[in-house]
Amino acid sequence: MFTFVPRDKVSKNWVILGPLVSIFLTIFFGLLIFTFLGYDPLETLYQVFMSPFSRIDRVSDIFVKACPLIIIGCGLMLCFRANIWNIGAEGQFIMGALLAGSFALMFPDVETKILLLFMFLVGFIGGAIWAFIPAILKTRLNVNEILVSLMLVYVAMLFIDFIVRGPLRDPMSFGFPLTKPYPEGALINKIPFPGIGYLGQLHYGILLIVLLIPLSWIFIHKTLGGFKITVLGSAPKAAKFAGFKENSITMTVLLLSGGLAGIAGVVEVSANMGQLQPEVSFGYGFTAIIVAFLGRLNPIGILFAGITIATVKLGADNAQMTMGIPKVVTGLFEGILLFFLLTGETLQKYQIKWKRFK
Amino acid sequence: MDALILTIIATSIPLLLAATGELISEKSGVLNLGVEGMMLSGAVGALGAVLWLENPYFGILAGALSGIFMATIFSIFTINFMTNQVATGLGLTIFATGLTGLAGAPLVGKTITSLPKIEIIFLSDIPLIGPILFKQDLIAYLSIVIIVLATYFLKYTKSGMILRAVGDDHYSAHSIGYSVKKIRWFATSFGGMCAGIGGAYIPLVLTPHWSEGMTAGRGWIALALVVFASWIPWRIIVGALIFGGITIAQLVGQARGWPIPSQILSMMPYIATIIALTMISGRISKNKNIVPASLGKPFIDMH
Repeated sequence: MFTFVPRDKVSKNWVILGPLVSIFLTIFFGLLIFTFLGYDPLETLYQVFMSPFSRIDRVSDIFVKACPLIIIGCGLMLCFRANIWNIGAEGQFIMGALLAGSFALMFPDVETKILLLFMFLVGFIGGAIWAFIPAILKTRLNVNEILVSLMLVYVAMLFIDFIVRGPLRDPMSFGFPLTKPYPEGALINKIPFPGIGYLGQLHYGILLIVLLIPLSWIFIHKTLGGFKITVLGSAPKAAKFAGFKENSITMTVLLLSGGLAGIAGVVEVSANMGQLQPEVSFGYGFTAIIVAFLGRLNPIGILFAGITIATVKLGADNAQMTMGIPKVVTGLFEGILLFFLLTGETLQKYQIKWKRFK
Repeated sequence: MDALILTIIATSIPLLLAATGELISEKSGVLNLGVEGMMLSGAVGALGAVLWLENPYFGILAGALSGIFMATIFSIFTINFMTNQVATGLGLTIFATGLTGLAGAPLVGKTITSLPKIEIIFLSDIPLIGPILFKQDLIAYLSIVIIVLATYFLKYTKSGMILRAVGDDHYSAHSIGYSVKKIRWFATSFGGMCAGIGGAYIPLVLTPHWSEGMTAGRGWIALALVVFASWIPWRIIVGALIFGGITIAQLVGQARGWPIPSQILSMMPYIATIIALTMISGRISKNKNIVPASLGKPFIDMH
């Protein structure tokens, strides 16, 4: 038997080592399961973890895939730091995309990219409205935000399906459930590289990450607001004695994370789809939960975590095409990864001591 | 009319089972957000077993075992490694979605024989209530037995009292010599078993073939039902029947061509869940004793 003994100081080694060891253990156990189910483990290993690096355009697609994950992850980081469990980012993403898309379609002839700026604002509001529902219920009536935010994911999925097949359907779409194409001003363009042209789908939306990561780092580490969030999450009693208003912190983190998820929705649709369709998110909102944890609720960590998880997602796509493994297997890796990451958090605070059975 | 009531009952049984299991586990202080995942594995386990052994009763067993297996993973991490229960539960659902997608891929397109109805002679001939109450499948009867036992266990047995004590104040329970970890392991496994059987019910009775994510949020609704029932087992029956009714109402509405878009009708169970949680919140904030006091908190054993 073993027990845990608290460490005097949080082990610095485990802070970095934890995620790395977790990734290796995840690969090991993941492949074990694949072997058990009759797939070739080496081929799986190559397809899922290596094939996304095999060509330069594939590498740039990693960043395209990581983009929404990192944007949502930065928002969720705030919630999870405050111990608020927003697990409805998927719904907030959809509502952001939907509201901004409906807005863009009201200006069919606009070519200037100023429209895009307004769409970010509208998308932020769309996501924030969807997060406002669990926020107001939590702060006023103490309703569990986990269940409310998750239920709203299903509602959002059905709602966008209704809008795209109903009121906003393009009469010229030949029966496909699609809206009219976005005007030029609403599109995020691909980045042209002199001499090479485009690199995969790499688009200007990436710049948002370049902006967001330092901003959220400053917010968390250098502002009073960020400090309050962290204190509320790690020492709720201290936050109470210090007179921090718990409800306003809860409201702030939920609205910010909802808004950021909404912006991610705008980026995803404007850069990769160019029109609304019944499915705009492919589980980004849920995957971003893993990204936030893998990144140790820290912006720079989230950057690397987003890239890592995006690699696995793309790898799973490749594995589906070449080996016929269903795409949902990424969940398998994500789940195991989360288990080990959380265990790593325990090991940071406690030492394992072996003891004999009495 | 009978047919309608029977469908409502059938729809509510997975919720009923999963919620009862989760209730016992929450009473011991363990908040398992992996119900959706445990139900999914119960569903895929049952399908696999029935296709392999060609007997629907093995489906129940396989569903239960798959649920227990998932609960065991949850217990190892949350109880032994003291990980955050919310995050681990989420992880379990994500993990199970992946695992069942992989395990279910070879089952796509195959249909299984449903669980047979068991008639209780004489009683099933009673007009109106006879066919509803006494012509059900084994899991339906089982779910009533489980609810009755859960009520009796929590209220009238010593072990039930110990379980509640562990859920309300784990350190006190520990200091007078009860093994918090062992009791939570049992409670979580029971929860997994119930969720597994509840998940198994979906392919065994409702839709006899596999589709990815076929539980469609039922596990999450079951979690909400526990709150809605304010941790009292028999109230789950009421809640589950209400949700069964709403789910069927929207299907009937779609079939009869009500002038409401089908997507809006399909939202009803999810919106109803939010409304139910909001309505019950007043009572919970008035009487905090309803909620097990140690719910969701890790127990740190320093000895």
